[in-house]
Amino acid sequence: MRLFEYESRRILGRERIPITQSGHATTTEEARKIAADVGGPVVIKSQVLTGGRMKAGGVRFADSPEECESHAREILGLEINGHVPRGVLVAARAPIAHEYYAGVIYDGVRKLPTFVFSDMGGIDIEEIAEARPEHIGRGHFSTVLPQMDFRAKDAIAQTGVTGRDLTRLTPVLSALARLFVKYDMTLAEINPLAKLEDGSFVAVDAHMDMENEARPRQKALLAELGVGEDETREAREATPFEIEGERIDSVDHRGVAGNVAEFDGNLGLVIGAGGGSLTLFDAVRRQGGQPANYCEIGGNPSVSKAANLTKLVLQKPGVEKIAVMMSIVSNTRVDIVARGVIKACIELGHDPAEKIAVFRIPGAWEEEGFKILARYGVEYCDRSVSMHEAARIAVEKVSSGSNGAKPLPGERAGDELPPAERLSGTGEVVEG
Amino acid sequence: MPGTFIDVEVAEDVRDDVELAQVLADACPVDIYANRNGHVEVVEENLDECVLCELCIRGAPPGKLRVLKLYDGTALERA
Repeated sequence: MRLFEYESRRILGRERIPITQSGHATTTEEARKIAADVGGPVVIKSQVLTGGRMKAGGVRFADSPEECESHAREILGLEINGHVPRGVLVAARAPIAHEYYAGVIYDGVRKLPTFVFSDMGGIDIEEIAEARPEHIGRGHFSTVLPQMDFRAKDAIAQTGVTGRDLTRLTPVLSALARLFVKYDMTLAEINPLAKLEDGSFVAVDAHMDMENEARPRQKALLAELGVGEDETREAREATPFEIEGERIDSVDHRGVAGNVAEFDGNLGLVIGAGGGSLTLFDAVRRQGGQPANYCEIGGNPSVSKAANLTKLVLQKPGVEKIAVMMSIVSNTRVDIVARGVIKACIELGHDPAEKIAVFRIPGAWEEEGFKILARYGVEYCDRSVSMHEAARIAVEKVSSGSNGAKPLPGERAGDELPPAERLSGTGEVVEG
Repeated sequence: MPGTFIDVEVAEDVRDDVELAQVLADACPVDIYANRNGHVEVVEENLDECVLCELCIRGAPPGKLRVLKLYDGTALERA
């Protein structure tokens, strides 16, 4: 969950990290008043959750409250990358002697937060990392043990900063690390962290992202910042497709069938299982496929939940077929998912054998699941077929617009049944 | 009307068994059975949610309740 700059500044202030005098305004009058309070040159910044503010004209400078008011008027009416500004930040322009970068991010490989420091601030840290890696200092720290200043100091010293500057920068980076942990951030950065002409350090701009799952735990902070419970704060607004996916997941507590993201491809995906959804999405892309969506299904959803998610994917404009794939599942029943996806096809008037390009979910109750799939003529794979191979089959089918991919290992007893009979849903009942 | 994948058959002579109606309503984890004033009611919209746990079969007298797997033509029942 992204935070606006003015909110990030409040958090810095809360943790006693020096910031330039500033205020958030939603009207031109408020902007003028803040500029008057600052009493000197100010910078006016659009409050949008997107980059490229400077290029788009969302950052202006003013020498008087009147000029600030005029700029604020223009910025408040300026949409940037489709984002309407939440307001403007009016901040004092500091007499900067040098700009640094101070940040904390989470290292997913080491599973630890890490300091990132550079003596070249004010520009994208990624650019510095690529072009001048010797100007970046790093260092991991524990989320459990108390934050020790020497770790921050070490990261700063790697860039060649010494003496008084090193001593003054250390508590700033250390405090940033503490707030990163305290407020469940996934990113906390100050860029630039300015050294003023008098030798002091002050945060001129800040950017923070909070872990979405931490919202309940950070309720007090979010209330203080005025962040509404219904604000998603994602990089872009959720589409109706994504909102519907979330609704499907929330109305039934059983399992997971949601977290959808929309793309513009022709292959619908009903995928999941412990990170398998990401692997499978990548596998489809690698095979040249064009996913229509990303989603997550697992944790043993009900038949209706699986069916509703599948219907959502099938009804997305441009979707020709769906691929139902997971890694090997132990906590999701294959037969239940099979029922769900087939039911969705039938209820929408599709032949499951035609609409489901491939079904590759090995695991719990797979024998029962394979019986269902066979009954409806759906091509399925067992665990002897890799996720990448299953993705290839799905991509081939959707590319050719046919159901004629190479045969797969495993039983397909339903293949010999004509579609009408496969879809009838009736059969002779014998003693089990 | 049966589900797409599952149907259940409850013998006529136990459909008004008050005790059985409650046992089935309590036992089924996906609410396929309801106790309607002492009458065993099958909730059709839940039939396909059946997880084949057989709790209903164990709760009913032998031969009085069958779970039909429509996709392979077999049935679960207590002999």
